[in-house]
Amino acid sequence: MAIIATKETRLVVQGITGREGTFHALRNRDYGTNVVAGVTPGRAGQDVEGIPVYDSVADAVEHQGANTALVIVPPRFAAEAILEAAEAGVAQIICITEGIPAHEMLEVYHYIRPRGIHLLGPNCPGALSPGIANIGIIPAEIFKPGPIGLMSRSGTLTYQIGGELAAKGLGNSTIIGLGGDSVIGTSFIDALDMFQADDDTEYIVMVGEIGGNEEEKAAEVIAERITKPVVAYIAGFEAPPGKTMGHAGAIISGSAGTAAAKKEALEAKGVRVGTNPTEAAQIMADLVAKH
Amino acid sequence: MDLYEHQGKELFAKAGIPVAEGRIAFTVAEARAAAEELGGTVVVKSQVLVGGRGKAGGVKVVKNADEAEAAAQAILGLDIKGHITRRLWVERGVAIAKEYYVSITFDRSAKMPLLMLTTMGGMDVEDVAANHPDMLARLHVDPALGYRGFHGVQLMAAAGIPLDERKALGVMLAELYGVFQSEDAMLVEVNPLVFLEDGTLLAADAKVTIDDNALYRHPDIEAMRDLAAMDPQEQAAREAHLAYVKLDGDVGILGNGAGLVMSTVDVIAQAGGRPANFLDVGGGASAEKITTALEIVLSNDKVNSVLFNIFGGITRCDEVAKGLLSALEATEIRAPIVVRLDGTNAEEGRALLAEAARPEITVEKTMLEAAATAVRLAKEAS
Repeated sequence: MAIIATKETRLVVQGITGREGTFHALRNRDYGTNVVAGVTPGRAGQDVEGIPVYDSVADAVEHQGANTALVIVPPRFAAEAILEAAEAGVAQIICITEGIPAHEMLEVYHYIRPRGIHLLGPNCPGALSPGIANIGIIPAEIFKPGPIGLMSRSGTLTYQIGGELAAKGLGNSTIIGLGGDSVIGTSFIDALDMFQADDDTEYIVMVGEIGGNEEEKAAEVIAERITKPVVAYIAGFEAPPGKTMGHAGAIISGSAGTAAAKKEALEAKGVRVGTNPTEAAQIMADLVAKH
Repeated sequence: MDLYEHQGKELFAKAGIPVAEGRIAFTVAEARAAAEELGGTVVVKSQVLVGGRGKAGGVKVVKNADEAEAAAQAILGLDIKGHITRRLWVERGVAIAKEYYVSITFDRSAKMPLLMLTTMGGMDVEDVAANHPDMLARLHVDPALGYRGFHGVQLMAAAGIPLDERKALGVMLAELYGVFQSEDAMLVEVNPLVFLEDGTLLAADAKVTIDDNALYRHPDIEAMRDLAAMDPQEQAAREAHLAYVKLDGDVGILGNGAGLVMSTVDVIAQAGGRPANFLDVGGGASAEKITTALEIVLSNDKVNSVLFNIFGGITRCDEVAKGLLSALEATEIRAPIVVRLDGTNAEEGRALLAEAARPEITVEKTMLEAAATAVRLAKEAS
């Protein structure tokens, strides 16, 4: 049944009347996602090519039964947009916006987590379940349905590995972008547990990068409770310490957060780590062929 | 954004945290004038964004203006771990009785601010953590709760701070946390935090890092940015809103998406080459953007070849190819460019490049082939 982006998804797009919001809301709908509403304060009563627009997420929930929110609003309004969706009672929130202050995200994280609301991102490309639904900005054309759950902190790197898997005839259950920021709603561990519980997922590919220690923590969880085969790739071996490599969260602090440490932690728990995206895809292809 | 010591102290002073009085100096003459104005013993300190200034000879305690002049002479221009000293902080000397360490870090793993306090001040905290872990008191603050007085009490008790010092230190902890919170800091570190012989407390150093994503609401801090100390390519990229990091090799790299570019840098190294930079052109494919990005990469004299690595998603590869061809018309290309286009409309994009048959472009189909070619071309040119 895939994860996050499913047949049950009833999507409300926050920021739907913005250029990016309109573009991606329509792309998502064209793919088959059930886009039930949009929100732009002050634009209630309008519609975007038939998608009704409301002033608030609460109205979208009340009138259209929205259960998932996609946040595509400028960074200084994004934390509030997430909180608004949480208060309106949606179960899942996917935030594409890049550039939200980290302190704001701390507050958001600690507000939504105990309430059991699921946040993906921010600074992520969203979630795509090929053939079922696409929420966000992932170019769905590259991917096809299949047994591999793919999760990543980077957008284009996900497309790169997804493209390499597709070239080998392998498809995906769900592709999820976790996001490139230092505080994100869904960690590798959260995603691993979701893929483990998902009947459509038989294998898992994780794509990590420098910064933080979520990959190291994921390695422990993989050894402890993930029975599906996991293959990993880590980017940033050549990154100098103290420099932010594009993503706000991709920074080696002191001696912490290096690619080498992550690779070592994963390999210590028996996870095979490809030295480049091509090799990671090949390792996965060999694994699938053997099964 | 990392702040210089004197900038951090400026934020501290604004929050009521005691710091020694001082002056900024860019020249020997300014350092002398500062010493004369402050009078008596002063400390001349190199202002660089790297630790270990003391060991490198970047901090000198002097008794008078003549000595301050000599110290400034020695420290200005001093290279500390690759950072050239271009400015000095001249501050009034103080009589230190005790040195402690305190920091507030943004603990990504716990997703909470982390307070750390130890009476082993003036040392590298990573050493304290490794060799004397029992001496380093650590305490997380729940962001929903914010910093409370009891946090300070717990932390000081755990660090073994004498009772008579706790009142003053408790006040300072609260003030430091206030700076951390209100200035959107990712790090506030005071090493050392000192008790003077007269019993007063002072932040003798300041290491502050501000969240880049929050700078829009701190224009006063953004204005502190030292553009003169920035690498010229990094500065140009900053103005063009492109993420660029200088590395020390000769293969220039640009691509779309931070993760893919990081991976490209790794793949160049794996192919036996030396990456010259990281540059993320982001989404879209306007000729203007590609021109600017190429110009920045090529303005680094060390670059002998360029790898342009694109995985087309919503941005189609034929658009990227058109953008690249226009960019080649708009700017002079002094090094060979290896182009790899994959993803949406990659075939169309490659066909466009083949048709244009530009001598400076080599088209490769995969990332690994492109990396091998870029490395070979860089070696041939060097």
